[in-house]
Amino acid sequence: MTLTEKILARAAGKASVRAGDNVWVNADILMTHDVCGPGTIGVFHREFGRDAKVWDRDRVVIIPDHYIFTADSKSNRNVDILRDFVREQGITYFYDVIDDPNGSWRFDPGRGPLKRQYGSQYAGVCHTALPQKGHTRPGEVLFGTDSHTCMAGAFNEFATGIGNTDAGFVMGTGKLLLKVPETMRFRLEGRLQPGVMAKDIILHIIGEIGFDGATYRAMQFDGDGVAGLSMDDRMTVANMAIEAGGKNGIFPFDARTAEYVEARTKLNGTRQTYEPVEPDRDQKFIYELVVELDKLEPTVACHPDPGQRKKAKELSSIRLDRAYVGSCTGGKTSDFVEFARVLRGKRVVIDTFGVPATPEIVHDLQNTRWGGRTIWDILVDAGVRMTENAGCAACLGGPVDTFGRINQPGLKCISATNRNFPGRMGDKESQVFLASPATVAASALTGRITDPRELLPA
Amino acid sequence: MQNVITGPVYVVRDNIDTDQIIPAQYLNLVPTIPEEYEKLGSFALCGLPESLYPIRYVREGQLDSEYPIVVAGRNFGCGSSREHAPIALGSAGCEVVLAESFARIFFRNCVATGELYPCESTARLCELLKTGDIVSVDLDAATVRVAATGDVHSFKPLGDVRPVVDAGGIFNYARQSGMIPARQ
Repeated sequence: MTLTEKILARAAGKASVRAGDNVWVNADILMTHDVCGPGTIGVFHREFGRDAKVWDRDRVVIIPDHYIFTADSKSNRNVDILRDFVREQGITYFYDVIDDPNGSWRFDPGRGPLKRQYGSQYAGVCHTALPQKGHTRPGEVLFGTDSHTCMAGAFNEFATGIGNTDAGFVMGTGKLLLKVPETMRFRLEGRLQPGVMAKDIILHIIGEIGFDGATYRAMQFDGDGVAGLSMDDRMTVANMAIEAGGKNGIFPFDARTAEYVEARTKLNGTRQTYEPVEPDRDQKFIYELVVELDKLEPTVACHPDPGQRKKAKELSSIRLDRAYVGSCTGGKTSDFVEFARVLRGKRVVIDTFGVPATPEIVHDLQNTRWGGRTIWDILVDAGVRMTENAGCAACLGGPVDTFGRINQPGLKCISATNRNFPGRMGDKESQVFLASPATVAASALTGRITDPRELLPA
Repeated sequence: MQNVITGPVYVVRDNIDTDQIIPAQYLNLVPTIPEEYEKLGSFALCGLPESLYPIRYVREGQLDSEYPIVVAGRNFGCGSSREHAPIALGSAGCEVVLAESFARIFFRNCVATGELYPCESTARLCELLKTGDIVSVDLDAATVRVAATGDVHSFKPLGDVRPVVDAGGIFNYARQSGMIPARQ
């Protein structure tokens, strides 16, 4: 069995499963947020009754993150719906925007978009917050009401996105009927070269198989190249399995996984026991691709979908209006460090936005010094509009007052996020080009799509 | 539930993602709140760029569409897992989407909610039909008949998916079939 089959067999209480089998699996964690949580709660109440209780209050994790820093009243109300439900159910893990459990959330636009407007519990973008807060463990099954839930596959677990109705079912029963996906194997070999990032690996792979090339399938990333990838790198890769249509993306377990998970579960007092999976020797794949990491170059997915792969160096004629670094896949500490490595001591020539995924990342960037200046200051000095209000922000457009949202037709934006369908970041006649934080940085300095290797300090 | 759905089609091309079906700015609407469910319908497919789709799926100021059938190319419903997407279409009056292929989560959400029938066509109907053409979709026979020409195209039978959508989604289906207890 492959990694995915191993986990699903265990979660189904079976000795083995095969691709194509339909099995009932037990969920370890159900995650929801402010965009799909209220609807999921609505389904749960409608179907199980007003007085029903969730199947396990320690296993439903609720993370408001999408439409937080907006004056849109319905969006603010949706956070309040989550808080009411948490109180009603006694949910253990709720990362509220405010500290008052009986209060209500109202964003204050008068204080501007840049200065922190959240309390001590707020955790930021759900997919980045889940591992930071100790909710990702090897061998487990994670369901989330968000397609990028697959990011947690970096931690050797089965993680996939589901809709509100399925999530309402899981909330009531702790189970879900799944078809065991066929597994595609991507064997990573060698090491990334300077200026090339994990984002380039996944953009390369999606370009190779097409952006529906993994529909209904598991994407297993293994090979000796994995050892050289940090957990942040693995998260970036697993995050975008859905951009190839994949059901999940998954990495093997190693010492780095163990170190991260053990540190985070201990720090947050979450469950520390887990049982990783290893593939069987006779595991079977429907497809195999070797990816030589040494040969990868900075890669861009052009408008209008993540499969429109080009090399950054081929696109130097494309003039840009805007650059953006943020989101689950591109707003981690390591992403901002690479962003700063290219920008340090220079000045951007187009509007450039930086949105850290979580408050912890804001803290890291404001407290890590690089020759006397913090990473945060280096970015601000370079002309980047950095906000402390960590969240999904303009990655998915959102309400019109969302920080960084593209509100004019015709604008071209290079972005370290994960989607570039028409209208994804706002105006439906704008264009988004997906790239690594290093490529976004280089492009922000020149105003056209630029290979960061041209600008990296020697 | 009906076996034959007749009406004008609305035709889109490949890779229509859920942001185009229901743009993110409208995800502040909660589908289980009745008036917000209605409102979601008014925004169905409004994320399609006007430069490519000058005819709107739902006319300005209307809550419902005049097209009960959407015809699409490959990978319909890709991207975000938002269940608001099949719900917006269903709320607007869409009963069936005939696409060459569907993205996994969208397909599952259609079935789970029972909002519409996701049918996989074998011919590339988005090349053969244009918005406004009248067709009859026969779910039993798994065929589409084009009124003007009499041409008949087939699609893959819905199989086990059919009774779940007929019932109005997985919860209703599970109750009707005795998998979970009926409501008191």
